[in-house]
Amino acid sequence: MQFWIIQGLNSLSLGGLLFLLSSGFSLIFGLMRLANLTHGAFFMLGTYLAATALRSFDDLNIWTTAIGAGFVVAALGGLFERLVLTRLKANTLGQVLVTLGMSFIISDACLMIWGGDSIPVPTPQNLQAPTRLFGFVFPTYRLVLVGLAVLVAVALYFLIERTRLGAMIRAGVDDRQMARAVGIPVSRLFTIVFCLGAGIAGAAGVLGGPILSAYPGLDADMLPLALIVVILGGIGSLLGAFVGSFVIGFIYTFGTALFPELAYIILFLPMIFVIAFRPQGLFGRVGA
Amino acid sequence: MSISRRQFVGVAGAGIASMAAPNLVFAGSSDPIRVGLLAAKTGPLASGGIDMDLALTMFLKERDNTLAGRKVELIVADTAGVPATARTKAQELVEKDNVHCIIGPLAALEALAIADYLTEKEMPTLGVAAAEDMTQRHPSPWFVRLTSTSAQCAYPLAEYSVKELKYKKIVTIADDFAYGHEMCAGFQRVFEDNGGKIIQKIFTPLATPDYGSYVAQVKSADAIFLGTAGSNGFRFLRQFIEYGLKDKMAVIGGMTALDESVLRNMGDEALGILTTSWYSAELDNPLNKAFAPVFRKQFKYDPGYYAGSTYVSGEVLEVALKTTKGNVEDKKALMAAIRGSNADTIRGVIKFDEFGNAVGNVYIRKVTKSDGRLVNSVIKTYPDVSQFWTYDQAAFLKNPVYSRDYPPAKNLEP
Repeated sequence: MQFWIIQGLNSLSLGGLLFLLSSGFSLIFGLMRLANLTHGAFFMLGTYLAATALRSFDDLNIWTTAIGAGFVVAALGGLFERLVLTRLKANTLGQVLVTLGMSFIISDACLMIWGGDSIPVPTPQNLQAPTRLFGFVFPTYRLVLVGLAVLVAVALYFLIERTRLGAMIRAGVDDRQMARAVGIPVSRLFTIVFCLGAGIAGAAGVLGGPILSAYPGLDADMLPLALIVVILGGIGSLLGAFVGSFVIGFIYTFGTALFPELAYIILFLPMIFVIAFRPQGLFGRVGA
Repeated sequence: MSISRRQFVGVAGAGIASMAAPNLVFAGSSDPIRVGLLAAKTGPLASGGIDMDLALTMFLKERDNTLAGRKVELIVADTAGVPATARTKAQELVEKDNVHCIIGPLAALEALAIADYLTEKEMPTLGVAAAEDMTQRHPSPWFVRLTSTSAQCAYPLAEYSVKELKYKKIVTIADDFAYGHEMCAGFQRVFEDNGGKIIQKIFTPLATPDYGSYVAQVKSADAIFLGTAGSNGFRFLRQFIEYGLKDKMAVIGGMTALDESVLRNMGDEALGILTTSWYSAELDNPLNKAFAPVFRKQFKYDPGYYAGSTYVSGEVLEVALKTTKGNVEDKKALMAAIRGSNADTIRGVIKFDEFGNAVGNVYIRKVTKSDGRLVNSVIKTYPDVSQFWTYDQAAFLKNPVYSRDYPPAKNLEP
């Protein structure tokens, strides 16, 4: 019984982390039709920034670090988008390749700056004591992460469904040509969304730090997970990213617990099914 | 009398030739010894590769880049931890740089990719990678390994766990590739032969960002054995502690689980953990006392597995070169000298068995605090540990190589 409860909570916390990672990816993919392969690197950059910041300054807390790192990574993302991606407007394959190249640049820069060792990110002091529930122990921080994911989901929901910016984004996702035709500044929107996506990834990197630690290769480990979540949940849909994250969280956690030799197969099989039978994903809304 | 042009050229030519002749004869010994180092200096294995380079460069600098009276030139090649790149770099070192011997590589995958090539080119290699079969069922006369096979250091710890720590049930966790399989298999074999039971064997994919679901699977036992490499052990340990398991089970580890390079980023949670290795920066012998503090002073951290490995290769090479009086051109003689070197090194005296694997001391270490930093203090030394432990060599080799399922784990709890 304890096994199921703990693994269930693990699934939720992994799902929460995945949502923080993939919400930005889904937005960028939906609006810009761009599989942003730099996303994992943005996440990792956030984790490394957190590792240094939290280990150097004792009284810095993780929430402000997350926001700070989010802005730094957003700025980097914005520069990249303006200087590189816009020049490849018509060339979608070129854009994807360039994001891949950028991810190599970022990961090698991280290796150069921080070295090859794994750097732990300290868990916030007040959340270090584990929660004792019904006779078993579970790390408090992971539970908080689930709450955070829900908060971010709600915030993004309001942004997308209730603001003008959100309306413009939705219009751009549904039909880019028409959106341009009615005067929506699609190009500027792209930059804003790219910054937003990168910023959320950077902040997610900080928040995932206590669980994952900063290490070279973190970007390559996280990117496929973001891809799977978005393909499963549907491109351009926030609800899809949310549901997809928790579904993948459950599949991965219980899969590795029950069938450890099949770890990666368990992860990719649902994605293959979805692509074969429902290519737009569970809640996909990408139109023309 | 006029000298014809032909005569002049002939005499001048003879004169120059006779002046050059001595140089041609001695060209061999004024040519430097070229040593190639295959290390992964970029990519995920980078921290180990960088340490290998630093230690070897330091070794040569201490000796003014001269061994046995001859200048040594070190050529470092970055394999990036990728077998194909290792192969390319090995070829460059052999054919373009004309090295006389190779030190490295680090990872078993890289070593296996270049093994056939180095044997074909008859290139003396002082290897670091731990893959068992390279010195068991597929040995090469041109390869020696001065560190340890995957399981060699695990044997003494398994015996120590039963006899002195009195552990009866242990869970093992390791990365899901050959190194992890071999180490856990070796540990399991000795642990169970001495009366213990391995009740669970967990193998995690090499790239596991979140160890949460694995921590939650760990069954209740006396201890958990970490057969991990790189920083995975430490990342797993953090989650292990966060789930409150460290209060319930002891933690012991293999030779790369809590290496000095990982320890420097850890905190007090690591105190008291026992690991086993062929080296520790805290070793109390004269050679190590001259090496470790100097390394620490220069690079601000303790040398561990990787730095130790290349420094030991340097020491072995030095002894071999003294025997051949600096001659590296006679490869067979150099190889024989390496194999018979019985060098005294920072890890103690090492001999090579007939397969080229090192036989030497294995140290059980405990993490303690010294001068405000975490170190691997040596608490017990097992002398003359070979890759076959106490098993009969012929019988050992008749068995299949250690793998995920061999030896079969008979005491697993459902």
